[in-house]
Amino acid sequence: MAYRWTNDLTQADITPKAAYLNRRQILAGTIGLGAIGLAGRANAQELEANTLEEITSYNNFYEFGTGKSDPAQNAHQLVTSPWSIKVDGMVDNPGDYALDDLLAGLSVEDRLYRFRCVEAWSMVIPWNGIELADILNKVGVQSGAKYVAFETVVQPENMIGVQRRVLDFPYVEGLRLDEAMHPLTIMATGLYDEPLANQNGAPIRLVVPWKYGFKSIKSIVRITLTDKEPPISWNVANPREYGFYSNVNPEVDHPRWSQASERRIGGGLFAARQDTLMFNGYPEVASLYDGMDLSVEF
Amino acid sequence: MAVSQTINRALRTLPAWTIYIVGALYAVWQFWLALNQVGPYLVEPINVLERAYGEVGLILMVVGLMVTPLRQWAGVNLIKFRRAIGVTAFFFVLAHFLVFAILDVQSLERVWTEIVKRPYVTVGMASFLMLIPLAVTSNNLSVRKMGAASWRKMHKLTYPAAVLGAIHYLWLVKGFQLEPIIYLVVILGLLSLRMKWNRARVAA
Repeated sequence: MAYRWTNDLTQADITPKAAYLNRRQILAGTIGLGAIGLAGRANAQELEANTLEEITSYNNFYEFGTGKSDPAQNAHQLVTSPWSIKVDGMVDNPGDYALDDLLAGLSVEDRLYRFRCVEAWSMVIPWNGIELADILNKVGVQSGAKYVAFETVVQPENMIGVQRRVLDFPYVEGLRLDEAMHPLTIMATGLYDEPLANQNGAPIRLVVPWKYGFKSIKSIVRITLTDKEPPISWNVANPREYGFYSNVNPEVDHPRWSQASERRIGGGLFAARQDTLMFNGYPEVASLYDGMDLSVEF
Repeated sequence: MAVSQTINRALRTLPAWTIYIVGALYAVWQFWLALNQVGPYLVEPINVLERAYGEVGLILMVVGLMVTPLRQWAGVNLIKFRRAIGVTAFFFVLAHFLVFAILDVQSLERVWTEIVKRPYVTVGMASFLMLIPLAVTSNNLSVRKMGAASWRKMHKLTYPAAVLGAIHYLWLVKGFQLEPIIYLVVILGLLSLRMKWNRARVAA
């Protein structure tokens, strides 16, 4: 590993609980004063975390329905304990790991990340997680491995969306090995120092902050090291619209909508749009894609 | 036919303008909920309000298309409400467009880009444009001026407008979702019912 990512945003940047609980009233007040359109045109560095309520009640988790509030309504049925993760493919220590065993001895870090959905909305989320590289190093990646594949749990009787076959479940995702080993890439187990809510992908999910949200696969039960590019669910469903890389890129539009701007969740009915940043504002990953035409390999 | 008679009798005393009042109150109520971020509007009120207005517009178009088949096949007569249903549908589609343009996309230039570049917006816009002359001529004076035959001919625009509205919905969702497919199937079903019925009448 060339370096470990150091968080230039600290706990101090995270809004205190009392303040984020009150933010809606403050915003409502601002709007009342006629500041419509001025609020929300924020400097990219001024990150204010979304409230826990926002993060846990507006989700895409199609296994629990396609509506944004469906996961919050239905995900309580997910059984997250006991939880084990199958690690297989080109690894030195394959096996079915109990979650605690897989993470034992690894450090959980606070990461305040932007989160940009492919649907052109975004949030800022104070994750708690472990660098994926630490986990991969623990299981031992073999030299020929080039990709990491992930799989979401399927509990058909507990997941109403699975029965409706909106996508071809289980949901699968994948990263190139260098993306997976990048220090920005984490496996989140919590946010706001509380365990992940089921609708956020409990008990453990991927977070790749420079890619569209659907890459950050939830409720992971399998990690496979492979030498071939693994299939990913949205690409299988619609290859014209969703590529393997799916890096946040304001210059490459989704065929059905623009990706040039986004709406930060939490601004209310008069929230202004803001410009989307290349790699979602994480330029340190640009070198991973040197020499690639990102409009072709989108 | 006892049920249809009861329904007809019950509706006889209900004035058509009730539809406008209920429609307006519902639209304002939803806007108020969105403004205060209540219930479904808790987190992302703009998108949810946009969809809510659009969906009511589509539902009312479907209800409008049901009036004739209901009379023909079930003996239920809603004809006196049809104009109000259609005009209210138009107002919801207009509200849907305004939320899209002002609150969602937020600039005229981007609205134009969206209409030109995104097929599902193009289709929705076409549906909206078709509804405009229909709403403008939904009054007795226009019927008299245009003549009943040509007025009726022009108002057949509701058929493509409804189909395009359903396609617009189907086209904007991600993955395989049932709801927009149901709308499209119901609309096509209602239209095919009409075609058969017309043919039967011609044959007779």
